[in-house]
Amino acid sequence: MANNWAPKTKVDWFLTVLRVLALGVVTVGLLAFIAQQISVDNPFARLINPDATGLTVAQFRGLVISGLSQGAMYGLIALGYSMVYGVLGFINFAHGEVFMVGAMTGMITSNKLDDAGLWESNFIGSLLFIVVVSMLVCTLTAVIMERVAYRPLRKAPRLIPLITSIGISFFIQNTSVVLLGPTSKAYPDMPDWLTAKRTFLEIEGTKILVICVAALAMLGLWLLVERTKTGKAMRAVAEDQEIAGLMGVNVNRTIVKVFAVGGAMAGVAGILWGVLFRSVIHYTGFLPGIKAFSSAVVGGIGNLGGSMAGGLFIGLAESTGPLLILEPLGVSGVSQLRDAVAFAMLIGVLLLKPSGLFGERLSAEDRA
Amino acid sequence: MNESHPLLEMRSVNAHYGAVHALKDVDLAIYPGELVCLLGGNASGKSTTLKTLLGMLIPTSGEVLLDGEVVTERPISYRVKKGVTMVPENRRLFKRLSVKDNLELGAYLRKDTDHINADMERVFELFPRVKERLSQKAGTLSGGEQQMVAIGRALMAGPRVLLMDEPSMGLAPALVQQNFELIQQIHEAGMTVFMVEQNANMALSIADRGWVLQTGRVVLDDTAEKLLAHPDLRTSYLGGKES
Repeated sequence: MANNWAPKTKVDWFLTVLRVLALGVVTVGLLAFIAQQISVDNPFARLINPDATGLTVAQFRGLVISGLSQGAMYGLIALGYSMVYGVLGFINFAHGEVFMVGAMTGMITSNKLDDAGLWESNFIGSLLFIVVVSMLVCTLTAVIMERVAYRPLRKAPRLIPLITSIGISFFIQNTSVVLLGPTSKAYPDMPDWLTAKRTFLEIEGTKILVICVAALAMLGLWLLVERTKTGKAMRAVAEDQEIAGLMGVNVNRTIVKVFAVGGAMAGVAGILWGVLFRSVIHYTGFLPGIKAFSSAVVGGIGNLGGSMAGGLFIGLAESTGPLLILEPLGVSGVSQLRDAVAFAMLIGVLLLKPSGLFGERLSAEDRA
Repeated sequence: MNESHPLLEMRSVNAHYGAVHALKDVDLAIYPGELVCLLGGNASGKSTTLKTLLGMLIPTSGEVLLDGEVVTERPISYRVKKGVTMVPENRRLFKRLSVKDNLELGAYLRKDTDHINADMERVFELFPRVKERLSQKAGTLSGGEQQMVAIGRALMAGPRVLLMDEPSMGLAPALVQQNFELIQQIHEAGMTVFMVEQNANMALSIADRGWVLQTGRVVLDDTAEKLLAHPDLRTSYLGGKES
C-alpha cells in the first residue's frame, strides 16, 4: 500500500533506474535549453552542446502553435480510441483508417468544390460542407465496421477484435489504393487570407482555424456525453452492459452510437489534416492513428478529457521536444526525431504513471 | 385493485440451459401489495426464475403474465416499461457515475418528466441520505447507502412490482438487517415485492408468503409462518446450511 515506487524486486529496480534516466534526460535537456536561451555562451550550455544557437521567440511560438494544432487533431482522433475502449475494452486499431477516410473524403469533396469555383468564392461555406460530408462518411464507415466486424465478436476474448481491427486497417488502406490509386493527392490551395501570418502574434490562420474547429468538436462531444440521455446511456453501458440493459438501455444501439460519434470526430480530424498538410495518401491514417492512440494512453484511456489533454501533450512534445530537449543535449538532426520524441514521451509517461495522466487506476476486477 | 388478479404470474414454466432442465413446471403468482419470497439453495433455479420473469431468458414452455397480459417473449425493455424492475444481486450500481445519474438511469425508459421528478422526491423521502449524496460518485458511498441507491434506482422506473435478487448476498450482517428493513419500508409504502433469497429466516421474517424451490421444482408453497415452522425447511430443502 505504501509507496508503489519503492523498489522491491529486480524489475522494480530496473524501472526505477529507467524513471530516473528519463527524468534526468528531460531535466538536463530543459536546463541546457534555458541556459542557452539566457546566453548561447553560457558555460553550462556550452558544456552540453558546444554548437548551441538558441531559439528566437518567434521560432518558439511557431513550435508551440503547430504543436497545439496537431495535438488538437490527435486529441480528436484519440477520443474514438478512448470511447470504444471504454465501452468494449479493446483497441480499435482501424480507427486511424477512419481518420484517413475522412481526409480522403475531404480531398475529393474540396477538389469538386474547387472545380465548381466555390472553394475560393465561399471558403467558409465550403469548409463547413466538407466537414459535414467527411463526418457523415466516417460515421458510416465506423458503424459498418462495428456491424460487420466487431459485433459478431462481442463475446470473443478481447484479443480477437483487436487483431481483427488490424485486418480492417489493411482492408481500408488497400481499398483506398484500389479506388484512389497509390499516389498522394492534394487539397486545393487554402485562401491567402487564411495562410497569411496574422499580425496578431504572427500565427498562421490555418493553425488558429484548426485549433478552433477541434475545440468546437470537442465541446460538442462533451455536451453529448455529459449532458444528454444518450451520453448517460453510453456511460452506463461503458460501466456495466448487463445492468444498463436492465434499465431498458438498448445496449447494441448505444455501442453503435459510440462508434458513430468516434467516427464523426475522426472525420473532423481528417479535414483538419487536409487543412494543415494539404496532402493525403492511403497510409496517412497510420502514424497519426498511432500517435492518437498514444495520446489516449498518455491521457488515461477511457477518459475523454484525458484523451484531449494527451493529444495536446503528444503534439506539443513532438513539436517542441526536439529543439527543447534534444538539440541542447547536442543531438544532431533533431527535426527528424519528432516521431521518436512523441513515442519516447509515451514511454516516459507510462514509466512514471502507468494509468496515464488522468487515468483511473484499473482494479483487477475492472480489467478482467 | 382486484385481489384475485395476480400482478405477475408464471404458469407451468419450463426452462432449459442446453440440456439442463433448470425450471420444471413452475407456477408462481404474485398479487398486488404482497411481499413474497422465493427460497432455495444453490442451483435450485432461483436466478433462472428471475431471468424468466424479466425476459432475459425465454422459457421452453409455459407462460409469463404481467397483469393478465402474456409477456413470455417480450424483451426486458417492454417489461420494464410495463412495471417490472429488478434490484440486482450485489447492487451493481454504476460506480463511476453520480448518484443522480444512477437514479436517472433507472427512469431511462420514461418520458413523463413530472412523474419522474415526483418519483425522485419520493425516493428522497424514503432515503433522505441519498439526497445528500446526489452529486457524489456512487462508488464512493458506504455499503448501506449504495443499497439505498440501488433500491432508489429501481423505484425510479416507476415499477408496479419490484424483484429483488438475493438482497442479503455479500453483505455484512448489520447491512443485511438494514437491507431487509429497507425492503419492509418500501413494501409498507405500497410496493409489491418479490425477493429471491437463500437466507430463509431473514426473508420469511418480513414476507407474507413464500415458495421453496429445489432443483427447479416448487416443493413448498405456503405462508411465511408455516414455512418458518416447517421441520424440513432447512435440513431437506435448503441444503441445511442456514443457521
